[in-house]
Amino acid sequence: MNSVTPEQYQSASEIADLVATREISALEILERHLNKIEEHEKDVHAFNLVTINEARAAAKETDKLISEGENVGPLAGVPVAIKDNLCTKGIPTTASSKILEGWNPPYDATVVRKLKEAGATIVGKTNLDEFAMGSSTENSAFGPTRNPHDLTCVPGGSSGGSAAAVAAGFAPIAIGSDTGGSIRQPAALCGVVGVKPTYGGVSRYGLLAFASSLDQVGPFATSVKDAAIVHEVIGGYDPLDSTSIKQAPNSFVNEIDQGVKKLKVGIISELMGGIDGITQEVIDQTNIAVSTLSNAGAQVEEVSLPAALYCLSAYYLIAPAEASSNLSRYDGVRYGLRVDGANLQEMNVNTRTEGFGDEVKRRIMLGTYALSAGYYDAYYGKALKVRRLLAENFAELYKDYDVLLSPTSPCTAFKLGAKVDDPMTMYVNDVCTIPSNLVGHPAMSIPFGSGKDGMPIGVQILAPPMKESVMYQVAHTLEKASQ
Amino acid sequence: MSDSISSDEVKHVAHLARLRLTSEELVTFTDQLRAVLDHAKDVEALELNDVEPMSHPLPIENTMRKDIPNPMLKPSDFLPQAPAVEGGRFLVPKILGEEE
Amino acid sequence: MNQEIFKDNWELIVGLEVHVELATKTKLFCGCLNQFGSEPNTNVCPVCLGLPGSLPVVNETAVYYAMQLGRALRCSVNRSVFARKNYFYPDMPKDYQISQYDMPTNLNGYLELPTGEAIGIERAHIEEDTGKTTHIGTSGRISGSDYSLVDYNRAGIPLIEIVSEPEIRTIEQAKAYVSELRNIILALGISDAKMEEGSIRVDANVSVRENGEDNLRTRCEIKNVNSLKSLGRAIEYEANRHISLYENGESPKQETRHWDEDAGRTRSGRSKEDAEDYRYFTEPDLVPLNPSKETIAKIDQEMPEMPSERRGKLADLNGIKSSDMTLLVERDHDAFALDAIKGGGEPEKVVKHLVNNLSSGLGALTPEALAQLVQMENKSEITSTQAKKVLGELVQRGGMPANLATELGFEVVGLNDLEKLVDQLINEHSDEWERFCSGDTKVQGFFVGQVMKSTSGQADGKIINQILNERATSK
Repeated sequence: MNSVTPEQYQSASEIADLVATREISALEILERHLNKIEEHEKDVHAFNLVTINEARAAAKETDKLISEGENVGPLAGVPVAIKDNLCTKGIPTTASSKILEGWNPPYDATVVRKLKEAGATIVGKTNLDEFAMGSSTENSAFGPTRNPHDLTCVPGGSSGGSAAAVAAGFAPIAIGSDTGGSIRQPAALCGVVGVKPTYGGVSRYGLLAFASSLDQVGPFATSVKDAAIVHEVIGGYDPLDSTSIKQAPNSFVNEIDQGVKKLKVGIISELMGGIDGITQEVIDQTNIAVSTLSNAGAQVEEVSLPAALYCLSAYYLIAPAEASSNLSRYDGVRYGLRVDGANLQEMNVNTRTEGFGDEVKRRIMLGTYALSAGYYDAYYGKALKVRRLLAENFAELYKDYDVLLSPTSPCTAFKLGAKVDDPMTMYVNDVCTIPSNLVGHPAMSIPFGSGKDGMPIGVQILAPPMKESVMYQVAHTLEKASQ
Repeated sequence: MSDSISSDEVKHVAHLARLRLTSEELVTFTDQLRAVLDHAKDVEALELNDVEPMSHPLPIENTMRKDIPNPMLKPSDFLPQAPAVEGGRFLVPKILGEEE
Repeated sequence: MNQEIFKDNWELIVGLEVHVELATKTKLFCGCLNQFGSEPNTNVCPVCLGLPGSLPVVNETAVYYAMQLGRALRCSVNRSVFARKNYFYPDMPKDYQISQYDMPTNLNGYLELPTGEAIGIERAHIEEDTGKTTHIGTSGRISGSDYSLVDYNRAGIPLIEIVSEPEIRTIEQAKAYVSELRNIILALGISDAKMEEGSIRVDANVSVRENGEDNLRTRCEIKNVNSLKSLGRAIEYEANRHISLYENGESPKQETRHWDEDAGRTRSGRSKEDAEDYRYFTEPDLVPLNPSKETIAKIDQEMPEMPSERRGKLADLNGIKSSDMTLLVERDHDAFALDAIKGGGEPEKVVKHLVNNLSSGLGALTPEALAQLVQMENKSEITSTQAKKVLGELVQRGGMPANLATELGFEVVGLNDLEKLVDQLINEHSDEWERFCSGDTKVQGFFVGQVMKSTSGQADGKIINQILNERATSK
């Protein structure tokens, strides 16, 4: 068998209801998922680590609290997989890099803490492209993750492990991070829902930084409603993150059923054939989504986002620049790998040369170059200006439109190894998702049909900052239509 | 517009970033970085003198904390994980080039 | 400029970069204690250890202190942005330092020296301190050390870096600049400002040029200067080094140099081949600071009196030496002096006591007590020797000098009593008196000794001399 996706998914909200009302125990829910992991994980390799003992202890604790009549929160007993670039106290956190060998964070990421407080059972740490740099989860020090729909294909990336875990039924919910599409693109390729919240809407505290001004943490789920529930749990102001929004919205579920009547939806023409490389079947599927919304009462029009043409270039200057600085701390002094050398400088070089994979080295060097004296203005400075242009483009569009629509990924899941040798070809995978990161807006991908190869296709919904409610309404409408 | 990155420049940025490249890697990385920077020529070519650079995605300002102590870590929370320690401090090999 | 040191045709140019550790309760970007002298690596958390995933959040008190100092230095307080300064060094847990680069909090001010000269301030920005590296090995220095140990207790302590314009022209000005800056900082109460403990650290950018030249020549940054005295020595050494180089047809290269106090010379510093490229960029984990007009107005309103204003008040009284004014303000004794003077103490004597007899502190002494003491001295109700003893007691125990003098048995020997005693002695010792009157000053001691004897030493020798002279002239 070349595919390991279950017939039917059990949703997080159903599980939480059943557990809270003691119809089923959190432990039994966990064991069912652990069985699935046991059965298929060796094929999929979604996890860097399955935390069986901690998960069992957490599930038992949830059951105990429920038996004592305590309120256990909206994710009672729901197994959740955590991308391995989010800190989990006392549990190895590797970012799929050799350089963090042996490191156990002494603290939980805010998102992890909130999930635990909501009653979730953390089942393990999922695989990713090293330090979230990649679009296929092939750049992992621990080997690639495979797409549960076709094990010869990539799951997308960088949160490929999280997307695959949800698609394979290992956990109804997974958490990922999205710097240029790292939640939405694997969600599209694995046929699940993936959300990148408004920048500042979910705390980054405890997320191993890739590009700080672009990174956002968000959920994977099998349904729009589940994603919204988890978003409510993990979202909101965090005083430990200076870029956290004080009035961050975190009520989406109540309004999810409001439909799309009277909403104005813009289709981004640049991402519907305007830019090369987006496959026709993906464009066709997006057009079906357009008619669906139109039939449901939305007013849909084609719009232009001219700066979208420059986003890829801008992104691949800004993200590496920030990354080159963020990854300096991995120097062999305080934690993780150290490869000895005759002196400090040699030790630094030996450690980083052996500890980082090629893609990470590539981006560190690219970013170092983009920031260095003499090139700053031409590269990094220019990229920041493109970002402003893009923000102005979006602001203009959002005067007239409630949400925008586009494909999520230019193509369906590709074969393992198909693009690893040519970074630029790999980077093009992010062309539809990058704009939202550059401006900090929310966006999500929902599964919408499949390609000729039978692999899932995702449609992307983009919304103005802090307007996730509308985004979820549109997604929910599309989801109902596609079922 | 500057010429695309040379292998000497790649060597220099590798040094700045504390990375060592084999001569083969130097060739491959130079080609790959050049490809990305060539793609970025579209951005370089834009006339954007009047555009304000945007470092932060959202216009938040003045987020600060009160000057109130928080719980701190115990050395046992992090020192056992350090590659080398002596007397409660992190040990590093000798540092070159500080003084003449 | 210290003309003895430099050859006449050379002009000294100095700009100072002063780092001040702020006396906040917690660090700049986390809630760890800002505390000196703890066990290594005990005042740390994920943020100041640079652990993966941690994020900085700015301490509002540190920002407030920085703006206070900015206003005290007559700077404009601006919208500011934090930046990352990237370079590898193990005392920096993130291998970048969070500082302010092209948009610092404070810009374009000046500092007025006690002489009245103003030195321009280019900027005063906020940044985080580094950890502390100890080099282990026989030499105790980096070169020749076997390995180094790092303690991050100091990492993340808030600093303000005050950068002067290169407008300092003499060693005296350089020293006066630093001590005046220190006075301002102490007046604001934003740092304990101890140079020896490193809570004030001074780097000097030194260059020279020929008189009449307009351009600035290559400068060297001198680090590791731990006192005002070594600041002077380091500048002097470095300037002379530059002059010798130029006079030999060579020129200095721009570099960082370390002052070696024992050897009395500067040494070429960290060879930072990559240091010239710090790859500054906006710190994405922090948001801009944009103080409101109201905040700045509040800072101005609450501004304590600056040393220059305080010296001005003393100067209004006339007759007080400028060096004494500076000293009183430095010791924070100027308000006390003004109160004592207002309470009836003669200015000159009040200041004299404060400067000479009270250098180790005022203890329980009140301005009223000092005023009364000075009055008693002026009325000769107490001798100056007695006054000193009473002052010592006042510092220890407090109270008023009249009561203390009585308690100590410092009987007041009034003028009348003394005159009677002197007249009696003249009658009893007419031979000696004749000799005194004919100009034999040796017998003066005899008369004074006799008066002291009969008053158990509580008479004022000066007064006795006065009476003797009066009697002699009116004879």
